[in-house]
Amino acid sequence: MSPDPATTQERRLGPARVLDVDPLLDDPDTRIVVCCGSGGVGKTTTAAALGLRAAERGRKVVVLTIDPARRLAQSMGIDSLDNTPRRVKGVEGDGELHAMMLDMKRTFDEIVEAHADPERAAAILGNPFYQSLSAGFAGTQEYMAMEKLGQLRAKEEWDLIVVDTPPSRSALDFLDAPKRLGSFLDGKLIRVLLAPAKVGGRAGMKFLNVGMSMMAGVLGKVLGGQLLKDVQTFVAAMDSMFGGFRTRADATYKLLQAPGTAFLVVAAPERDALREAAYFVERLAAEDMPLAGLVLNRVHGSGAPQLSAERALDAAENLADARIVDQSGGKAGLRNSPETHGSSESPTSSDPSGPGAAPTASDDPSGTAPAPGGDGGDGDIDDGSDNANGSDVGGSGEERPVDQLTAGLLRLHAERMHLLSREQRTRDRFTALHPEVAVAEVAALPGDVHDLAGLRDIGNRLADNRPELPDPAGT
Amino acid sequence: MSRLQVVSGKGGTGKTTVAAALALALAEEGKRTLLVEVEGRQGIAQLFETEALPYEERKIAVAPGGGEVFALAIDPELALLDYLQMFYKLGGAGRALKKLGAIDFATTIAPGVRDVLLTGKACEAVRRKDRAGRFVYDYVVMDAPPTGRVTRFLNVNDEVAGLARIGPIHNQAQAVMRVLKSSETAVHLVTLLEEMPVQETADGIAELRAARLPVGRVVVNMVRPEVLDASDLDLARTTSRAAIARSLSAAGLGGARRGGTAEKLVGPLLAQAEEYAERYALEQEQRAVLGELGLPLHELPLLAEGMDLAGLYELATELRKQGIA
Repeated sequence: MSPDPATTQERRLGPARVLDVDPLLDDPDTRIVVCCGSGGVGKTTTAAALGLRAAERGRKVVVLTIDPARRLAQSMGIDSLDNTPRRVKGVEGDGELHAMMLDMKRTFDEIVEAHADPERAAAILGNPFYQSLSAGFAGTQEYMAMEKLGQLRAKEEWDLIVVDTPPSRSALDFLDAPKRLGSFLDGKLIRVLLAPAKVGGRAGMKFLNVGMSMMAGVLGKVLGGQLLKDVQTFVAAMDSMFGGFRTRADATYKLLQAPGTAFLVVAAPERDALREAAYFVERLAAEDMPLAGLVLNRVHGSGAPQLSAERALDAAENLADARIVDQSGGKAGLRNSPETHGSSESPTSSDPSGPGAAPTASDDPSGTAPAPGGDGGDGDIDDGSDNANGSDVGGSGEERPVDQLTAGLLRLHAERMHLLSREQRTRDRFTALHPEVAVAEVAALPGDVHDLAGLRDIGNRLADNRPELPDPAGT
Repeated sequence: MSRLQVVSGKGGTGKTTVAAALALALAEEGKRTLLVEVEGRQGIAQLFETEALPYEERKIAVAPGGGEVFALAIDPELALLDYLQMFYKLGGAGRALKKLGAIDFATTIAPGVRDVLLTGKACEAVRRKDRAGRFVYDYVVMDAPPTGRVTRFLNVNDEVAGLARIGPIHNQAQAVMRVLKSSETAVHLVTLLEEMPVQETADGIAELRAARLPVGRVVVNMVRPEVLDASDLDLARTTSRAAIARSLSAAGLGGARRGGTAEKLVGPLLAQAEEYAERYALEQEQRAVLGELGLPLHELPLLAEGMDLAGLYELATELRKQGIA
């Protein structure tokens, strides 16, 4: 049979550049790795696996996760992560791994406490508007993640910081949110909100202030007087800190652009996730953020790519047909076939006489038990030249369930090959759009990660530099 | 049957797909449904293979039997301007607010205002009536934020109502909360048969219940077909490789002798079966966990050809068959 033309066509694209993770992790100049991507692609797990790998390669690493599944924290031997880095036990080698989870309220509180005198800090912390803002509405989480990153980096305590990004509605949000919060906190609106308090200030400002207090009046109508008052008190108390917020947001943003930072876009080989990844790649380029590459998680491979889905299904059907023939005729149907495919010696003309008329089907139920493991040996199997001998009576009784199993194995393989070619198509679409992006493919695990060994395994899969999907150039 | 169907789920579980299929399923037999997107990702447009949706209700599909699916991507900024216009006839002042950054503030930073606007718009669509006094939409299906955030998203009105103790935002929040906490609403969670999404689903349900939000059904998405059953897997463990090689050869895949084409397939095929077995066991475990949640459970198949428009109709038919719509 000739190779499946559809498959050969799909493999026309040039191979993607391979992302080499180890040199990136080993490079002492790499100080920050940011993992970003849409939800559900294994971003946090990737961050943890990279952190562990870097630590086991000798670096002192802290992993900042945003919202880890409980199990992931447990996989690092920590029952609950909090705002302080905790050392992970069981790391091999000289390095260290620490892990923490962003507590945005705590982080926000710390900023306030560090930048205001105790009395003012207490006023801010007790303000209802502040309490809602810091408890995490749109933008706060993203801002605080960047804030925490800045703090960790400033301490110079870590060789490498691996950050997981918030599960935003769009993976891009965390780039915008700090700017938004920053521009709000020292923007015009703040001045409007402060206006009533400042009326009667400089005479020249009076006219402007009239307009502004009118505006504040409108806001008051919409938000309700109480809320507006809370906001105004909050703003007044925070007034001196606003410049600081902007400066910090800018500094963190610059930090992300700096040469010591590497972004990794994480995706699964699915249409939506890769579409999001492509947006992200473009966005990072537009913002001058250094992209190291794409981590493609949960990629499926096969040990037998030479057997196409179509042929596997055909073969499975052959086995089913042969069974019917066996049952109706009591004669040997297809047995071993020669190396050259396609020459069917089966008595296909014999007509199956209905499933009811199959007396042999119920014969000797004990015969369904397979021969004890391999005692027949491999040597005595021949390749079909002796068809008649191969199909001794006892054999055919035993092989019916085996044929059924084999048909199942073939169908399973066909399913795998379909999945594989779909993943390949999706990946190729991405590499066609972004041939410049290096890709690391991570083979899918059948289950979830439960411990350091699981994370280590993912790290190995990440770093083995072997594309899981067939090379598009063909082998 | 609740008229507001909220669909949430962990990222990557296909909640947008399930929401769209549900909207299609509910639109059968001449009904009219509105599919609402709140996260600005244009996932609905991509799914229905149309251009990006504007902030406007427009028909995107006709269901079998002549029903219609409308879609709306809610833009919080425009929703707020709308709202201001409706209640205050602000006109130019709205633009001035925008220039000041007040709209941006309100829709992105101010605690919960954005969420109130989004849920408020959906609730408005639920209650909207035509001149004859009939509901304009028989059902509204919302593609909601992921499980981790959905309770806060839906419950934010409570919080806002507490924060803004008087005024129109307060009233709006309260009105929205009345719809969301009534039997007019059902919140469905989409999951996969994997540990983390199932865990998140269980946590999400607990949170929704604690907030007294009405939990609907659990939809297990992308369920892989059962290619091998438990007895096949037993057999795979005990059958000699030689017998499988013979069988493969019999199927026309080449020689069974060591090094023969068929024999070389045995190892990889058994390795795949072993992976399958591991996953199969995990899936059975997760099914059991889901079974203990005490909620109606539905399963949707993984579509072999990937997700496309035809697949969406297939899932809609499946949902109807299972009596979800």
